[in-house]
Amino acid sequence: MPPRMLPDPTPETRHFWDGCREGELRLQRCTECDGGSYFPPRPFCPRCGSRKVETFKASGQGVLWSYVINMRPRPDMGTEPYAIAVVKLAEGPKMMTNIVGCPQTPEALKLDMPLKVSFAKQNDDISLPFFEPAGA
Amino acid sequence: MKQKSVAVVGAAETTKMGKIPDQSVIGLHADAALNALADCGLKPSDIDGVATAGLSPVELAYYLGITPTYADGTSVGGCSFMLHVRHAAAAINEGLAKTILITHGESGRSRVGAGGRFGGGSSSLAGQFEQPYGPVGPPTMFTVPVLRYLKTYGLTEEDLAWVSVIQREWAAMNPRASFRDPITVEDVLNSPMIAWPFRMLMCCLVTDGGGALVLTSADRAKDFPRKPVYVLGTGESVETPMVSQMEDFTTSKAFRVSGKKAFDEAGITHKDVDHLMIYDAFAHLPLYGLEDLGFCKPGEAAAFVRERNTAPAKDGKPIGKLPLNTNGGGLSYMHSGMYGMYALQESVRQLRGVAPAQVPDAKISIAHGVGGMFAASGTIVFSNEAP
Repeated sequence: MPPRMLPDPTPETRHFWDGCREGELRLQRCTECDGGSYFPPRPFCPRCGSRKVETFKASGQGVLWSYVINMRPRPDMGTEPYAIAVVKLAEGPKMMTNIVGCPQTPEALKLDMPLKVSFAKQNDDISLPFFEPAGA
Repeated sequence: MKQKSVAVVGAAETTKMGKIPDQSVIGLHADAALNALADCGLKPSDIDGVATAGLSPVELAYYLGITPTYADGTSVGGCSFMLHVRHAAAAINEGLAKTILITHGESGRSRVGAGGRFGGGSSSLAGQFEQPYGPVGPPTMFTVPVLRYLKTYGLTEEDLAWVSVIQREWAAMNPRASFRDPITVEDVLNSPMIAWPFRMLMCCLVTDGGGALVLTSADRAKDFPRKPVYVLGTGESVETPMVSQMEDFTTSKAFRVSGKKAFDEAGITHKDVDHLMIYDAFAHLPLYGLEDLGFCKPGEAAAFVRERNTAPAKDGKPIGKLPLNTNGGGLSYMHSGMYGMYALQESVRQLRGVAPAQVPDAKISIAHGVGGMFAASGTIVFSNEAP
């Protein structure tokens, strides 16, 4: 199996991937407007354009917002069907992810089920933020 | 070109210059953009047109939080920005946008985030925040929002299947269509699963082909041998290079903005539309399109299709009041990759009166296209009567 396709962090996203490695889901928010938190990372507020933004540790809680189950796995993802999911975080932003600790079936994957983040180490630099059923 | 009063009101370069290892390509675009906006006292939300080369205008607009009605991605090398200025002048003169932002950013020395265009590289937004989770092209990306759409409106896979079934009815009337044999809802729901809840017959074909258009002024058009098809109104917008970052999974912002702009420009109402093409890479797209263009209320497009409002005449039932995707669409006619050209071709055929499945007396046709996975949209309102 070829190595999994992994992100190549940039200076603007480094804090996010450092957080994943250290077991924290990090979001950003504007300190000038009340536009709330945002994702993916960038060094300015996508709502008002201010560069006065801060990074904070998110709760890691969310719900299953939508997904597909890919029946034709990408070579670096193994041979079994897997869900490509979007979680809606408690803080508001949506994030693509995989669901772990749960069968990859329509019966097991119910929209709006509570999820919590779970970090999976890929190498010394990159851990991917996956989500698992919050009751697990 | 027309000499009207178009001017540069903001201009700036990146904060730093020379060697900038702490900013990526998209970061340099944004830095220059924010400086230029500060120079003229505007915010990103004041901008309604974007142009850039080297980066997709979708990425630029999404990253800065801009909802444009004009997006220019002309990329012809180092002089691209001169062309952007020229196109922007024409666009402002024509009312396509009021305030256009043109950006450049390149990490030529440090090569930070210089991975490629359209989300190709592992340092792009999609490369970092979507690709690691295993999507394999459109069947697993374009489809991601759909379970949320179905749940929100109490719909099922069967509602998706009806789209495929009725478009096959149109394809059956078209000798050039790739698939012409009738299909049933059961056939669609028994076809191989590609990416739950999408089955093979809910996905477009993969074929070879091409198309081209020639445009000239309405004045000159009268002197040509073929019946002119006039452009009454146009719209465009972009939302996000990542389907996971759509503002609302049940509706496309790019569709809504593009459609409204085209209707406004054309000065028509929905009742005026005789024929409609909605780019159908997958079976949910006509449903989103019918709702986002305003032909149906949110959640009502599936019933609209099932009740044969978009269907051809069949078994004594009359042709629907809004014939849709009358060539058979991407689902049954053809889909080479960038299907928008074929939607335009069918609108032109219908308004010339030469379509294989001709809509009687069609005078106004709309061709509505999508780019990427709900990333971009363009809408053209055509008429065969001189405006």
